[in-house]
Amino acid sequence: MEKVYDVAVIGGGVVGGMTLRELSRYQLKTILLEQAEDVVMGASKANSAIVHAGFDAEPGTLKAQYNVEGNALMEAVTGELSVPFRRNGSMVLAFSEEDLKTLRDLQERGRKNGVPGVRLMSREEALSQEPNLSEEIKGALWAPSGGIVCPYELATAAIGNAMDNGAELKTGFRVTGIEKENGNFVVISEAGEKLYARYLVNAAGVHADEVARMIGDDSFSITPRRGEYMLLDKTQGATVFATIFQPPTKMGKGVLVTPTVDGNLLVGPTSEDISDKADTATTPEGLEKVERLSKLSVPSVNLRAVITSFAGLRATPGGGDFIIGPSAADAGFINAAGIESPGLTASPAIAVAVVKHLEEAGLVLIKREDFSSFRKPFPKFRRMSGAEREALIRQDASFGRIVCRCETITEGEILAAIRRNPPARDVDAVKRRTRAGMGRCQGGFCGPQVVEILSRELGLPMDEVTKCGGASRMLVGKTKETQ
Amino acid sequence: MERLDLVVIGGGPAGMAAALGAWHQGVRNILILDREAQLGGILEQCIHNGFGLHHFKEELTGPEYAARYAKEVADCGICCLLDTMVLDLAEALDGSGDKVVTAVSSKEGYLRIHAKTVVLAMGCRERPRGALNTPGTRPAGIYTAGAAQKFVNIKGYMPGKEVVILGSGDIGLIMARRMTLEGAKVKAVCELMPYSGGLTRNIVQCLEDFGIPLKLSHTVVRIHGRERVEGVTIAAVDGSRKPIPGSEEFIPCDTLLLSVGLIPENELSRAAGVKMDPVTGGAVVDQNRQTSLPGVFACGNVLHVHDLVDYVSEEAELAGQSAAAYLRGEAPCGGTVEVKARDGVRYVVPQRLCKDAGPVSLYFRVGDIYKDVKIVVKCGEKVLLSRPKKKVVPGEMERLPLTAGILSQIDGDVTVCLEQKGAE
Ligand SMILES: Cc1cc2nc3c(=O)[nH]c(=O)nc-3n(C[C@H](O)[C@H](O)[C@H](O)COP(=O)(O)OP(=O)(O)OC[C@H]3O[C@@H](n4cnc5c(N)ncnc54)[C@H](O)[C@@H]3O)c2cc1C
Ligand SMILES: Cc1cc2nc3c(=O)[nH]c(=O)nc-3n(C[C@H](O)[C@H](O)[C@H](O)COP(=O)(O)OP(=O)(O)OC[C@H]3O[C@@H](n4cnc5c(N)ncnc54)[C@H](O)[C@@H]3O)c2cc1C
Repeated sequence: MEKVYDVAVIGGGVVGGMTLRELSRYQLKTILLEQAEDVVMGASKANSAIVHAGFDAEPGTLKAQYNVEGNALMEAVTGELSVPFRRNGSMVLAFSEEDLKTLRDLQERGRKNGVPGVRLMSREEALSQEPNLSEEIKGALWAPSGGIVCPYELATAAIGNAMDNGAELKTGFRVTGIEKENGNFVVISEAGEKLYARYLVNAAGVHADEVARMIGDDSFSITPRRGEYMLLDKTQGATVFATIFQPPTKMGKGVLVTPTVDGNLLVGPTSEDISDKADTATTPEGLEKVERLSKLSVPSVNLRAVITSFAGLRATPGGGDFIIGPSAADAGFINAAGIESPGLTASPAIAVAVVKHLEEAGLVLIKREDFSSFRKPFPKFRRMSGAEREALIRQDASFGRIVCRCETITEGEILAAIRRNPPARDVDAVKRRTRAGMGRCQGGFCGPQVVEILSRELGLPMDEVTKCGGASRMLVGKTKETQ
Repeated sequence: MERLDLVVIGGGPAGMAAALGAWHQGVRNILILDREAQLGGILEQCIHNGFGLHHFKEELTGPEYAARYAKEVADCGICCLLDTMVLDLAEALDGSGDKVVTAVSSKEGYLRIHAKTVVLAMGCRERPRGALNTPGTRPAGIYTAGAAQKFVNIKGYMPGKEVVILGSGDIGLIMARRMTLEGAKVKAVCELMPYSGGLTRNIVQCLEDFGIPLKLSHTVVRIHGRERVEGVTIAAVDGSRKPIPGSEEFIPCDTLLLSVGLIPENELSRAAGVKMDPVTGGAVVDQNRQTSLPGVFACGNVLHVHDLVDYVSEEAELAGQSAAAYLRGEAPCGGTVEVKARDGVRYVVPQRLCKDAGPVSLYFRVGDIYKDVKIVVKCGEKVLLSRPKKKVVPGEMERLPLTAGILSQIDGDVTVCLEQKGAE
């Protein structure tokens, strides 16, 4: 008899991850299926990292509802998962009389959506709070409940917590077909592997429309909309304190300038519909635009301090709103699709909603006695006091070996990333879990050492260690002398 | 808490020479800290020869040059803590003027060391891809030349087979040859500027001898390949270093090596409040290599990027000797006048001087290639020194000794500039 899972979640982003965690509260056999060789390789790793306040979404939409709910849940979720989160506040700038009108509209939307504390600020007040803003501004909208979080850390922690509570993970499993057999779903991978489940959750990001079509649901389509960013060195992290938005105009949405929870400065994104759902390349035009627009808000933004640029793809739904609920084609198939911004913010609330839909579809939820919503904090040497560091090294000498010197990441942390759920198997996976290689030298120095540690821990030859799975090998073979 | 006379941060050629400089002047209570498992710094991975021509009057490899110093350090019995990373440098809170060095190692744990003097000798690191902001994908196969050098020379692995190198700094040139000797195909070296940033001898010995094209005024405008690099698009650039539309050329390759500049590793110095020179990326120092913090000295690549290790050793020895003088309580005559770079000269080290300093050498770099010029040192309108030079290039540091006699004429800020020959 084949093993039948109660629920299989397709897509290991923040939505799939949060859903998996929510499911792991109950006595269920659950599994997360992810096509890439690590989790959190889609939109959830490349976005603005803002916990939106919720004044932007149109009242009455799922976006508005889950945004505000998710925002309110963020303290509890990040606390339980030991993920840094800060309510630094969001500020939208006005550059003209027309913009001031837009701000008043946003304020009204915020009121309707139930966003706490949204108010207009005078030019002077905004400038005294954020001295680096453009002198050109006419006023601003202030939303104190806006925040910042590390999106991949949040998603990875949610998946790790679910796994610690018994959920399973299968990476490298690209769903290419779904059939039905004896009332169960048969999920088929590209490699021909089969997996059985009573219920499915479709959290496949930009590919969610294709996955839905596998069960005959063609009710929606997803367009990838690319957003490009530049990340600046930590020396620039205090350029602004709040997240600085530009007002939406006929010319577009503008770009934001924000500190990150890790102390860098992030500027972007652009917004461009593309056709290729995997094209996360940055472009000269995009980067130039980010530069030009960010300077409108913060003229002194120092783009010479860029340490990397990247792009993410929004899963833009044809209908505009999130698509959350059972598919018309099969009630046991729950869509969590079209989750573009503010999907990161909304994800804890979306997860609760998805589980509710599953229950309504007949899934029996019995609480697990041994469930723990807490994830043991990931060791972070860089944030410890001297005494804590001393104690940690005495306990485990690998914490006395600094591997990444830009971010002060120890070997102990890299080992934890490889050994803890969900396990890191490649260089980028180590980087997302520990920050090794995320600093100003971008892995120039720690790269070789991380490859060595991965090779040792995974029992792989050095030249089979990859950057991000697949063909992304770091090294191509031995030198003549060592062959 | 034990109080050391001198803590040297970094055990590369600069750190070792500084420690020895102090030792030979009678300082005994010295500690060298380095995060690597052995002394030698970046020289350990520079297995090519070309080191020590000035200092030892013979051609050594990097490890051989380092080994000579390491042996002397060991012979003198100077203490070293290796595998030890310095995390912080600060002034002691007790008003003693001591410095507190915080370090960490798996063997010794978490250390707080008090020292009367500190020499900064942390070297430099390479500029990464991000700093260039090259558009495109972010696949495997993009390395700084130094990281590739470490893989090949220390770990024994090849980072790729078909290589394009961006930037013609010395490390890039050396790696072009090294990768070729290891059987890789180096398809081109692209340099944004109309001239190479590397030593002429490296261009000849590492590129020309192997028929590797050096494309001046070219840059990489796009990186291709999702998982592993599949190619790069290069383009010619105009006078303002902007890519010229229509000049793009796609080069298939699996590896892009970057040799686009070095940045002094000064996070510790900055956090400690040492005054920095925005041009060199290193500390502002006087002729003794003392920084703006009394008792803290800097030398080697952490002060300004050197191309020859011989000058590193020379400068570091001076820094060590100055620490010894400081410990003896000899009020060193600090910098009373500024040394400024003008007209074609990018920077000068030291940035401060005093007229009673005795003989001093000025080290500087120019901002472009100049032919048939005079290097002129002035104080106000007074010309202190004028030296003709056939050619000066940005890739080669210039050294200009000033005698005590010249220094005694100083009565204000000094400028170093280039003048066209015969322009008087
Ligand atoms: C540029 C940009 C900026 C944004 N800014 C913000 C912001 O500031 N605040 C905010 O709240 N939200 C923001 N968002 C939105 C947020 O990032 C997304 O809503 C959220 O990450 C979506 O998560 P997800 O899990 O649905 O999708 P993803 O993270 O994309 O995860 C989907 C996963 O499914 C996998 N998958 C796809 N197809 C298959 C298959 N066939 N088989 C197996 N696995 C498959 C993918 O590999 C991927 O890992 C932004 C988005 C973008 C792109
Ligand atoms: C590829 C390459 C080729 C070269 N070729 C030549 C050549 O042919 N001829 C020539 O004369 N010169 C050459 N040079 C130049 C010469 O090697 C350097 O100028 C010299 O090594 C600089 O010495 P340094 O001590 O200042 O720095 P480094 O050698 O970089 O030493 C700095 C040391 O400080 C340590 N350190 C830094 N921060 C910390 C910290 N926080 N805690 C603990 N330790 C720390 C580092 O681990 C390192 O060991 C070359 C350099 C390179 C990189």
